[in-house]
Amino acid sequence: MKLHRITALIVRHLYLYRRSLPRIMEIFYWPFLDLVIWGFITLYLARYQSQVPGFVTFFLGALILWDMLFRSQQGITISFLEELWARNLMNLFASPLKPSEFLTATMAMSVMKVTIVSIVMAGCALLFYSYNILTIGVWLMPFVLNLVIAGWIIGVFTTSLIMRFGQEAEVLAWSMVFLFQPISCVFYPMEVLPTWLQMIAMVNPAAHVFEGMRTVLGAGAPPVGDLAWAVCLNGALLVGVVAWFHRTVAYCKDQGLLVRVGE
Amino acid sequence: MSSSVLKASDLTKRFGDFTAVNGVSFEIRPGEILGLLGPNGAGKTTTIQMLLGLVTPTAGSIHMFDLDLSTHREEILQQVNFSSTYISMPQSLTVEENLWVVARLYGISDMARRVNDIVKKLEMEEFRGKVTRKLSSGQMTRLTLAKAFLTEPRILFLDEPTASLDPDIADKIRSLLKEERRSSGLSILYTSHNMREMEEMSDRIIFLQRGRIVAEGTAQDIVDRFGKADLEEVFLKFAREQGQSSS
Repeated sequence: MKLHRITALIVRHLYLYRRSLPRIMEIFYWPFLDLVIWGFITLYLARYQSQVPGFVTFFLGALILWDMLFRSQQGITISFLEELWARNLMNLFASPLKPSEFLTATMAMSVMKVTIVSIVMAGCALLFYSYNILTIGVWLMPFVLNLVIAGWIIGVFTTSLIMRFGQEAEVLAWSMVFLFQPISCVFYPMEVLPTWLQMIAMVNPAAHVFEGMRTVLGAGAPPVGDLAWAVCLNGALLVGVVAWFHRTVAYCKDQGLLVRVGE
Repeated sequence: MSSSVLKASDLTKRFGDFTAVNGVSFEIRPGEILGLLGPNGAGKTTTIQMLLGLVTPTAGSIHMFDLDLSTHREEILQQVNFSSTYISMPQSLTVEENLWVVARLYGISDMARRVNDIVKKLEMEEFRGKVTRKLSSGQMTRLTLAKAFLTEPRILFLDEPTASLDPDIADKIRSLLKEERRSSGLSILYTSHNMREMEEMSDRIIFLQRGRIVAEGTAQDIVDRFGKADLEEVFLKFAREQGQSSS
């Protein structure tokens, strides 16, 4: 891997963000809107706090963490779509750039996006609802890291599908992550799912992060088991999805799809 | 050590039942401009895409600088570039920003000097700060050519490089290509539908029809062989034959 090729792609996206209002809105406006809407719903539901103890803490914490996963996935997929919309994929793939360098650059973009979104959301939560995300404590950072990686996995998977099926699959960039939301157990514990769905949720690393978050906020116990599951699943799935991305690139080159993907 | 910088051997590409390129072999020597001619659908673009590593050949091999493209992609593509009327550059970036990104991508040292040189050479000073989406088609073509020259390639693939340029700029581009070839030994694979341009620019020409090479030699050789008045008449003969067989 060559650092200059990875930074070239990062610089390319930073130039874009500098003068694109819709891209800036994607970072600031939508997460802010999410938080405002769900935050006020949470405040309303908090009137019934006695029935569900710690509801506000659970819900706002989950909302902020879910947005981190969502923005992490978007960081990967939207970076690819930017190249597709700009008809720039041929320039990139006819250069010495390797697919692994392309992915690394999109992952770096994803981390930048998540960092800014997290600061915006955590700041707004504190300002509007007096909610401090740091109440999760020392476990916050491992949770965030695992969610970022889970977002990468969904992002790389979605990118491969768009590359394979072309622009008609573009809608997956925004919808795919929501396919994972019910089995990520963001706002409810895994035990409320039917048994067969619990089996599926068990192999979703994000579900273990949210279970861990509830363990910390509810009982204050260290979520070591949940984190171990999340780390192992993330590791295995990331290796698998990156291998699949490379296979998809090879398949698209064989079928001549790479040069037609933007058409 | 081979005397050619590029050697394509028995290059074939099939998409299902359709054969886009069928057993094509050719070489490009250092400092040579090779014209690739043929009607639409003859296999020119697929051939260039295979040479750029964008499409994997079904059979055959591609060697550049005595290296196999299938195993030395990175080293080869570092020394190769292309320009085509069919590509674009990121529209929200300025001309200069786009060139900076390309310079970084290829790890060019002394980026500022290279970008300034190429902007000057292609007379792009007046729109170097302009956002790419606001460029005219001629300015866009100059930007994609600048991208190709910026990396100081040893082989350049040019797919209709002067298609949307006014005659003055097109003439300057042709002069620049000749000058680069003379000064740096740049080898060029050139496609164009302007037959006079092909005659002026190409040392040798390859004619493709239905994915096969049907004629090869200097423009004059080819014209004489088919007993036609000029290259345009030869082109029309092949285009109409191909049209008849596919209808």
